[in-house]
Amino acid sequence: MNIVVLVKQVPNTSEVRIDPKTGNLIREGVESIINPEDRHALEAALQIKDKFGGTVIVLSMGPPQAIEAICEALAMGADRGILLTDRAFAGADTWATSTTLGLALKRIGEFDLILAGRQAIDGDTAQIGPQVAEYLGIPQLTYVRKLGIREGTVIAERALEDGCEHIEAPLPVLITCLASLNEPRYPTVAGILQAVSNRSPIEIWNAVDIGAKAHDVGLLGSLTEVVRTFTPKEARNTTFLDGSPAAVASQLIDLFRQRDIRLGE
Amino acid sequence: MSISIDLEKCNGCGMCSRSCPYQAFEIANRKARWIEDRCTLCGACLQSCKFEALTGRMPVREAPDFGDYRDIWVFVEQHGGVFHRSACELLGCARGLADDLGQRVVAAVAGSGVGETVHDLIRHGADRCVVVDHPALAYYQTCTYAHVLTELIRRHKPAILLIAATNLGRDLAPRVARKARVGLTADCTRLAIDPEEKILMQTRPAFGGNIMATIASRYARPQTATVRPGIMKALEPDPTRVGEIHPELIDMAECREFTNVLECVISEEKGADLTAAKIIVAGGRPVCSERGMAVLNEFAEAVGGQVACTRVVVEEGFLPQRQQVGQTGQTVRPEIYFACGISGAIQHRAGMEGSRYIVAINKDPDAPIFEVADYAVVGDLFEILPALSRAVKQQ
Repeated sequence: MNIVVLVKQVPNTSEVRIDPKTGNLIREGVESIINPEDRHALEAALQIKDKFGGTVIVLSMGPPQAIEAICEALAMGADRGILLTDRAFAGADTWATSTTLGLALKRIGEFDLILAGRQAIDGDTAQIGPQVAEYLGIPQLTYVRKLGIREGTVIAERALEDGCEHIEAPLPVLITCLASLNEPRYPTVAGILQAVSNRSPIEIWNAVDIGAKAHDVGLLGSLTEVVRTFTPKEARNTTFLDGSPAAVASQLIDLFRQRDIRLGE
Repeated sequence: MSISIDLEKCNGCGMCSRSCPYQAFEIANRKARWIEDRCTLCGACLQSCKFEALTGRMPVREAPDFGDYRDIWVFVEQHGGVFHRSACELLGCARGLADDLGQRVVAAVAGSGVGETVHDLIRHGADRCVVVDHPALAYYQTCTYAHVLTELIRRHKPAILLIAATNLGRDLAPRVARKARVGLTADCTRLAIDPEEKILMQTRPAFGGNIMATIASRYARPQTATVRPGIMKALEPDPTRVGEIHPELIDMAECREFTNVLECVISEEKGADLTAAKIIVAGGRPVCSERGMAVLNEFAEAVGGQVACTRVVVEEGFLPQRQQVGQTGQTVRPEIYFACGISGAIQHRAGMEGSRYIVAINKDPDAPIFEVADYAVVGDLFEILPALSRAVKQQ
């Protein structure tokens, strides 16, 4: 079984703060991590490899430092890592990103399964998985929380808004994973040492390596563009209510009554 | 689109080779040679030659003329003939955009035996309903639905296409966008027409809601966006509105469906629909105990509200995921939102800021939740909520 896992290195958005004066993101001191759901995708790949054998390739597009994410994935048990890095890839929307990943997957050539997180915590789009699947002309199963393989067929449980569905798909298939799918393993020391050794199985590919032209990828190849960014602002006049719990309670009830809202009716 | 080298002028200095990130130049016998296979047409070399030996024209990007793309299309999600609640929200939003552009709102419905209910879509703001009714569309399957929607786009050339950012919509929309070769903006919370360019300005939260980004799709049509449920306002249904119902035939033989749905399990304990709730009583970390849940439930019952929570409460296993409010949960806009022991991380606020009134109860006077609260109570929810429950019952 040849499995490719798509991973993204992301800033830990729960630590991101906004500079109150400029409204800009403060990225300094914010650690970079493997996108949380991508770790679950990697764990799923490793479990399948443990059971059926095969190889696990981690594929990532990002700046040169994203190699850290690939090293960590290797330390968890992946066999090979490929980092797609090139100035030409910068500023890509999901159209251009899926083109880039799709071209790289075509160069990788043989795969039975592509696994990815449902979405990345910096963009929250959940678009890359389906767009890569469409690029390759293979089926997709998104929001997967249970996964099994039987005789060349994947059987998955997909989360729906108000329930779930059990669905089967032939290989090759692209699957996007939810965190409830599994509990990711920890990297091992031996794995870390191998990842950073001279015989490290990490390759770095640029635009030429995947046969992309500059205007197919990155900002130039994107179909959407960011016109502006701003900090969300809330404008509410906050009234603080003081006093004993009972006093606060009666104040609140009165305040809503003045607005024609009767609590409890 | 290529690079050419004037060998008369080239003296083999090698500046082009040094400027190229891809080693697309070779210097041999004091002349440069361009290796087309290694060139990405990035243009980095063009300014490098001091002898004017190097010329090349890079592709210039222009937005094509999209004059023949018209109307605001809404893909209507339905299950067994019942429209998803997002349909009316999207129609309400589309109505505003269509009025700004002087164009029509078209509802696209795919299903099997959809029937009379499509008239509801007209009452909620559509001018026209395009209905694709086919047995193969009885259950949602990605490739089949993507085929239908892409085919509708090809035939009708909409200017804008809106799809709800539900699990289904977020599975379908990226597949359709790639197939139809259009840009896609995920999870929009605000949509507007730029008054000068007449294009769709698509605003969405990024970095977990820490910043908002406004995105334009200038290079392809339709401008396609998924829209976060619970944000846009549906119009009051107008029974006098008239519109056209247009059945459309699409050849399903052209489409390959790979998957097979074995079973669909709709959760029995469907619980409250938070997005329809008038009053929501939401708890944060302090309610993660039996006593905490009891206090929260008792208060919710007293005020006739639905119980909701932050992510941590779900993670701790005290409430199911569908009761989570926030960036990775539901977006709600009740009349009153009681935030009980919720610190107010931006990810949570993203899901409840649209509430009409927000009451925040928290021990920490610096909790960010107070920034968005109308009424703030600095105190222990284990004292405040029981007092409120009592007072409500006694009035």
